[in-house]
Amino acid sequence: MAQFQVNAGFMPLFDSAVLVTAREIGFAEREGIDLRLSRETSWANIRDRIAIGHFDVAHMLGPMPLACNLGLTPLASDTIVPFSLGLGGNCVTVSNAVWDGMAAHGARADLEPARSGAALGRLIRARAAAGENPLRFAVTHPHSGHNYELRYWLAGCGIDPSREVEIVIVPPPFMADALAAGHIDGYCVGEPWNSVSVVARKGHIATVKAAIWRASPEKVLGVRKSWARDQPDALSALLRALHQAARWCQNAANHGDLTALMAQPAFLGKPAEIQMRALTGRLDVGGDTIRQVEDFFMPFDKAANFPWKSHALWFYTQMVRWGDVRHTPANTSIALDCYRPDLYRAALKPLGVALPGANAKVEGALTTATPVGSAGASLVLGPDGFFDGRIFDPDMLDDYIQSQARPLQLSE
Amino acid sequence: MSPAPLKILVIDENRIRSAIIEAGLREAGYDQVTIVHDVAGIARRIAEIEPDVIVIDLENPNRDMLENMFQLSRAVKRPIAMFVDRSDTASIEAAVDAGVSAYIIDGLRKERVKPILQMAISRFNAFSRMARELEEARGELEGRKLIERAKGILMKSRGMSEEEAYALLRKTAMNQNRKLSDVAQSLVTAADLLGPGGM
Repeated sequence: MAQFQVNAGFMPLFDSAVLVTAREIGFAEREGIDLRLSRETSWANIRDRIAIGHFDVAHMLGPMPLACNLGLTPLASDTIVPFSLGLGGNCVTVSNAVWDGMAAHGARADLEPARSGAALGRLIRARAAAGENPLRFAVTHPHSGHNYELRYWLAGCGIDPSREVEIVIVPPPFMADALAAGHIDGYCVGEPWNSVSVVARKGHIATVKAAIWRASPEKVLGVRKSWARDQPDALSALLRALHQAARWCQNAANHGDLTALMAQPAFLGKPAEIQMRALTGRLDVGGDTIRQVEDFFMPFDKAANFPWKSHALWFYTQMVRWGDVRHTPANTSIALDCYRPDLYRAALKPLGVALPGANAKVEGALTTATPVGSAGASLVLGPDGFFDGRIFDPDMLDDYIQSQARPLQLSE
Repeated sequence: MSPAPLKILVIDENRIRSAIIEAGLREAGYDQVTIVHDVAGIARRIAEIEPDVIVIDLENPNRDMLENMFQLSRAVKRPIAMFVDRSDTASIEAAVDAGVSAYIIDGLRKERVKPILQMAISRFNAFSRMARELEEARGELEGRKLIERAKGILMKSRGMSEEEAYALLRKTAMNQNRKLSDVAQSLVTAADLLGPGGM
């Protein structure tokens, strides 16, 4: 007899795997939780169903709880993040025509963000000189890691994402079709929706999230704050179940079972072979060119589940940068309070697992894998660099925001 | 009170369901109803129609896209009613209480459409009024804090009593036809620029 019932929403994306396995492999049940999963069709539904109490917790885009708490969404409840569902997992895919244009301007099939971005910039300016329409890129949601990493990459390569390209919203399962139909020229989304275009021979992966910002945050567990307050034991039990599930997902010995599970129509509904690309980081970037990407997607390793406050603050800096929100002390503190490593620690401490020594870190400072001081067992972090070599020190928040407010330096 | 001629846009790929919704709306006296089955090119349609209410199926994955479009066009403040096949009374109430949504239960009947839509609209109006009042209250509180600071500056720099300082601020505001809080803001900014020596 389950002690707690927890209602959870998820979207059909590979990084819902930790939630799905928590139920399907039995980790939730072992913690006394009857975890009820509802597959959703839009992030707006996920957010609204948390707000009106259909869901207690959900698979969410990392910046989405910030957007809720900052009042940027039509319907929102206070949402907190006590657990991250993984690092990495996204790519930027472009149409074959755009890829050919980029290749003509020096891009190579090496996923190198600086090189492919510079080539894209040259293509964009050549198109502008010829009087052609700006390229149209799609992301899954305005308040998503996809939107912010795409913009970070473009801006870092001297392309103004607000003026030189058009950015629109397309649901993940429609991305490949929209690209094939010529409605969009490129997109940034999680797997398997990039490989779907590659398999259909309609697109080429230009770069990956892991290369733009290695070990960067992606989906999180969003939790209605009032539920967390009223059901602290259920939340702790759930976090322990998710911890076990994440470790199971990371283990290569389980990847066959995991991809078979996710291939079911009730979950992701895409073939195991395509999913395996995300798990192994062995990507066909297009035209049968295979690239091995280190740390492409991590559901557990490198403290992937720890809700770093520096991750929330980085999302906040990008929200400020692109005009979603004003930088004020009040907004900063909302962003700071959104991710809750204290709840993560409280739930996992009894298990004696490795816990980071701090709640925030300097992002981009680790160039190699580094063991860090932690309670309990050993913990390895990094490498975690941004592709442009910049560093985000959460203690220097104002300086970072200020430095990004400067006009873009066009490289040519 | 007769209902204003409300322009309603129904976005639903399910033709049978959208026909039921349309019939319900027309019977309820709403004759400016537009049905859209395909979201391609929807931005232009919305701009043309300028709907007062948008009804969209909750199961439509394009909700995120539509929502973003409303946000970009600043039209997000219009009520968005959402219909879904599976739901229960408690969920409907919770959704409607939350301010901007309406759900319809399984076995959609056209006579259900009118009350739920009306509820959604009235709740939305209450919600947006509340949000506006909250915004005003917040602005007022900030204004009051500014006025307190401005009074303090005057009292310190010109040796005035609190009442004299307040009277001077008010007189300046009246003479210059500006809001009291704006005058206070100018004074605080000037004092900050001049630094401690300026006070």
